[in-house]
This record gives sequence, structure tokens and C-alpha cells, in this order.
Amino acid sequence: MDQIVRELSFAQAIQEALSIAMERDPRVFLMGEDIGVYGGAFQVTGDLVHRFGEDRVMDTPISELGGAGVAVGAALGGMLPVYEFQFSDFATLAMEQIVNQAAKLRYMLGGSVSVPLVMRLPCGSGTGAAAQHSQSLEAWFAHVPGLKVVQPSSPHDAKGLLLAAIADPDPVIIFEHKLLYKTRGAVPEGHYTVPLDKAETKRVGKDGTIVATAIMVVKALEAAAELAKEGIDLEVIDLRSLRPIDVPAIVASVTKTHRLMCVYEGVKSLGIGAEISAAIAESDAFDFLDAPIIRLGGAEVPIPYNPELEKAAVPQVADIVAAGRRLVRGR
Amino acid sequence: MASNALPKDARAVPNRPAIYDELGVPALADAFRKMQLIRRFEESAEESYMRGLIHGTMHLSIGQEATAVGICSALAETDYITSTHRGHGHCIGKGGDVKRMFAEFFGKEDGYCHGRGGSMHIADPTMGNLGANGIVGGGIPIAVGAALASKRLGNGRVAVSFFGDGANNEGAFHEALNMASVWTLPVVFVCENNQYGMSTSTERSTAVKNVADRAVAYDMPGVIVDGNKFAAVATAAREAVARARSGGGPTLIECKTYRTRGHSRSDRNRYRTKEEIESWIERDPILALENDLITYDLLSQAEIDEIRADVETEITEALAFAAASPSPAVSSLTRHVYTTV
Repeated sequence: MDQIVRELSFAQAIQEALSIAMERDPRVFLMGEDIGVYGGAFQVTGDLVHRFGEDRVMDTPISELGGAGVAVGAALGGMLPVYEFQFSDFATLAMEQIVNQAAKLRYMLGGSVSVPLVMRLPCGSGTGAAAQHSQSLEAWFAHVPGLKVVQPSSPHDAKGLLLAAIADPDPVIIFEHKLLYKTRGAVPEGHYTVPLDKAETKRVGKDGTIVATAIMVVKALEAAAELAKEGIDLEVIDLRSLRPIDVPAIVASVTKTHRLMCVYEGVKSLGIGAEISAAIAESDAFDFLDAPIIRLGGAEVPIPYNPELEKAAVPQVADIVAAGRRLVRGR
Repeated sequence: MASNALPKDARAVPNRPAIYDELGVPALADAFRKMQLIRRFEESAEESYMRGLIHGTMHLSIGQEATAVGICSALAETDYITSTHRGHGHCIGKGGDVKRMFAEFFGKEDGYCHGRGGSMHIADPTMGNLGANGIVGGGIPIAVGAALASKRLGNGRVAVSFFGDGANNEGAFHEALNMASVWTLPVVFVCENNQYGMSTSTERSTAVKNVADRAVAYDMPGVIVDGNKFAAVATAAREAVARARSGGGPTLIECKTYRTRGHSRSDRNRYRTKEEIESWIERDPILALENDLITYDLLSQAEIDEIRADVETEITEALAFAAASPSPAVSSLTRHVYTTV
């Protein structure tokens, strides 16, 4: 295969996936607030409306609950909607349709329907938008059987996971960290998919395992490079999928490295780190642990406005570096 | 269903509602049969509950049969409906099979949802029934979405969303009506106003006198009908469905009706008087239609009696089917969470 690979931004990679999906299948269409001529709050849909028209790149009223419900109904009616929430925070207005309807319809109805729906949710802090535009609520959604929840960390995966989500018969929720939109990386041309249920080892190491999500993967890789200079060799796993979690991949890594750290932006308690820690505690890897598990998560606070406070509310590279030393050297 | 094909043609009788002639005798006999089937289904479900054969709860629509069947009389098999927690009538109106409905009620494998849903989630997508719904107002935007899909796919299907008066104060109702109007979608909103959201009357809950008054805000026709009169409901439905199918956009129909049973099994009827309930029992929609069919020389008493007897047989057989159906295997607990596992 001589597939052409170029460098694209994360946002461009998503737009390319949307474009390819719409070209391949007339049932695919986009819904969301200001995704048409405005191009989306983060310019992800960009000029797609000019190429595909307003019927396929549909601006909705500011009606997240109703809009999500329309997307569910359109999916039941034979279309393949891709619904963009302007900010993941606004999905709280639509939890009824996502949690009670989209996630449960197939089960409640005994398998007589599928809900082939994709929702894209820009998430995370770092933009100075404060507490109602900066949350990382992915663990909420990952708690709901019937949903699939993924979180890409690279342009390659942003495109591949989105194309996989559109091809999937069940509702898939994609959390896109806003600070990743402008990051660049290698992206193959054309159609390809990334599995919705597999973690990826981003860095091979022997002294400990970092399991990270979204932008924390980028930060963890930076931290691991820093720690390598001190002779600490960490493995970095990009979780990618929060539901289902690729437990075997984590167990295999921890069995090898004997140490585990979880790094994620969502609030630390009752979150992704707790789930991964528990999965390890319940697995054969537990016997291999040589140090307490470390969780680095968001502070127990709404995301603040002041830039220094905002940074302090979520794990930074220096925090991961310090935690890495603690994990391996015990101090 | 032999009674669907009664040989007699509708003949002109003075003052006979035009809708009776438009529908014709076979369709009217079918409508009467479905209303009777809904009534007997729910009475039998209630009895099965009393005898301990059904657990959980149920929401009976006894007294509201004319709205479900009147609206569905205007729909094709391929048209969509979304239904409510009080949805048995909608399912039967849309051609549902009482055998599979009872089996679902009994939590059995042959039920519409293989025992996963129960009374509040009965659906029959093969008949366009996208499901009863346990969330008040939950089905309204879903119907709008189904209508959007119909419009995009150009398949001519109309979507009807049934909901109660309680749903008219949910945000989903307002968001859905607005979008349906902005996008001129083939959808009909049907409010079955039985006057109480559980115990709270519309007077105490709703700022406008009629739910149909809400239609003005969304620039669509708002129609009020006597929900206990099959002819009135069917007439309004026919017009609204024709408007939707021809690209004219949505309509809001408010059917004024009453549930003569309580909200659910826990209801002690503390919020309404015995006299009020009895005054509505006197306005029984099934007896009203029977009276019309005979008065306007559409069916004979013997034919009515034959339909009733036929319904009894169907109910008896359906109950036996449900009782004999196996329970789902416990090992199948997580089946149907995802399409592919």
C-alpha cells in the first residue's frame, strides 16, 4: 500500500474524515450549532457547508436536548447523523437523549433497533473559558452501557476513530480536547479506521506504565522524554477508548513494568484513574506491582478563569515528571 | 381478521360525519375492533397484575382509546409513531400484536423486547412504532428526527408523536416543535390531554388554557378535538397527516380526553372526585363509536357483537401465548446492549 501520508492538524483531520464519510455515504449528515457558514466554534466543519450544502451540514437552533433527540430519531429513521456539541459542557443539556434514549433504545427494545449516531464533544481546559466551557466529563458518559466513548490524542486517531464511529451501528461519543485541534501530525489520505476498543502503546518503556487520555498523552510523552534523561524509562499507553476500556493492554504493560500511573484531565476522584486502578487491582497484574498506583487527575474544583489557577487545576508536564520519579524511585 | 372485510358499503345517511364515508366500513370496523382490543388488553393486563402474573407497574389508557386509534387510522403502515409510558393503545392502533405485547408484559422471551423493556418500552419498528417511552417528552424530538430522515430520504413517511399534557411543559416539547416548524418537517404532534400529569392538573401546571395554544408560538396549526370522539380525532388526523405528507409541515393536535384509571398502580385518586371520573366513564369512547356505527347504519349490532367476541378470543389466546412463552435465559442478560459485541 503506497498510501500518501501528510501532516494535518487535528481539526483538519476531523474535517477530512467528515468529508470522506459524506462522500462515501449519502446518509451521513452533520448537525450542530453554527457548523454551517460559521464553520463551527473551533472551525472543524470549516467550509464543508459550501461543498455539501445546508441539508448535510445543518445548523440547528440552540436546542441541545431537542437537537440530540432529532439526531437519535434521524438515526432510527435510516440516516447517519454526526452531531457536534459546541462545547462538551453543553451536552449536559442533552443527557436525557444521550443517556436515556440513544444508549438504551437497542436494549430496551430487545435488539429490534440500532442507533447509528456519532456525537462530537469538544472538551477540556486551557482556553481561559472558565468553568462552563472547560470541563472533562467523559467519565460520565463512559459510565453508561450502550454508549461507546473514545478520546483521540493525535490527528491520525482523530480521523480514524471518527470514521470507525460513523461506520459503527451503535452510538459513539467522541471527546475532542480543544487544545489538540491545532496540534499537527501524520495523517494518511483516504478512508481508514482506528478500532473503537483498543488502547495504543505510544512509547515503550520498562520502569513503569503511564495510562493517559487525550492531551494528557501528549504531556505524558513529554514527561517520559524528560525522565528518560534521568534514566527512568516509562511506557506510555494512550487509552483512546473509555468504553470499553482495553484492560488486557494495560494488564500486559503493568505485568511488564510493575508500576502504574494514570493521567487524565477529568476530576481525579471517581474517574478514569479509579477504574483503571481497580482493573489492575482485580487482575493478575496486581501481584506484580512494586509500588502504589498513582493517579494524576483534575483538581476537585470547577475550572477557574485565572490562567495560573487554570493550569493548577489539571495535571501539567512537571506534575507528571515529579510523579514519575515518585513512581519509580519512591520519592 | 375476517371482521376487517365486512361486505357492506358505506351508504349516505343524513348527518353522518364525512370521515365515516371517507374511511369506509372495513376501516371503521377495524378501528372499532382496535379500540375494543386496547380496552380488553388493558383490563386483562390489570387483572393479570392483580393475580400476581405481572410485576412492576403499568399505565393504563382506559378511556383514551379513540385518540390512539383515531390518529393511527390516518397512517400508513410505513409511517412512524413515537409513544409514551401510556402507550398500549398506540401500539395496538399501529397494528401491534397483543400476543407479543402480553408476552412483554409477562417479561417473556417472545415479548416485543424479549423481556428487556416491559410495558413502558413496547415497540414494533416493523410497524413504524419507534417505541413507548419512560421519559415524559422523550419521544417528541425523536419523532422530529424520524421526520427529518423521511424528508432527506424522500420516502414519504410521516411521523406522529404521541405525548400527554404533562409533556407540554418539558423543554423537549418546545425545542422539537420549533425545529419541526423551522425545517418544515412531516410530523404531527398529538397531545392526549387527559387533564392530569400524574396528579397535577393542567390548570395548575400550564400557563395557557389549551395545549394547542402553544402552536401559535411555533407557527403551526393548533387543533383542538374531542378526544373521546373517534370521528373528531380521525378527521383532524387525516388533515394533519395529509398536510405533513404533502410538505406543508407540522400540526399540533390536542385531544381532550380522560384516563378513567389512575396514573399507575400507586395512584389512590386523591386529586380528583368520584363524580368527575364517573362523568367521563359516561363518555366512553368505545360506546360512543358503537352508537355511531349503528345510528349511521354502518355496522349492525350483530356485527358489533361478533367483533367483541372475536376480540375476546384474541385476548384469551394472547394471554395463553404469553403464559407459555419461556423466560429469557439469565445468561442472555447483556445481549442487545450493543449491536456487535
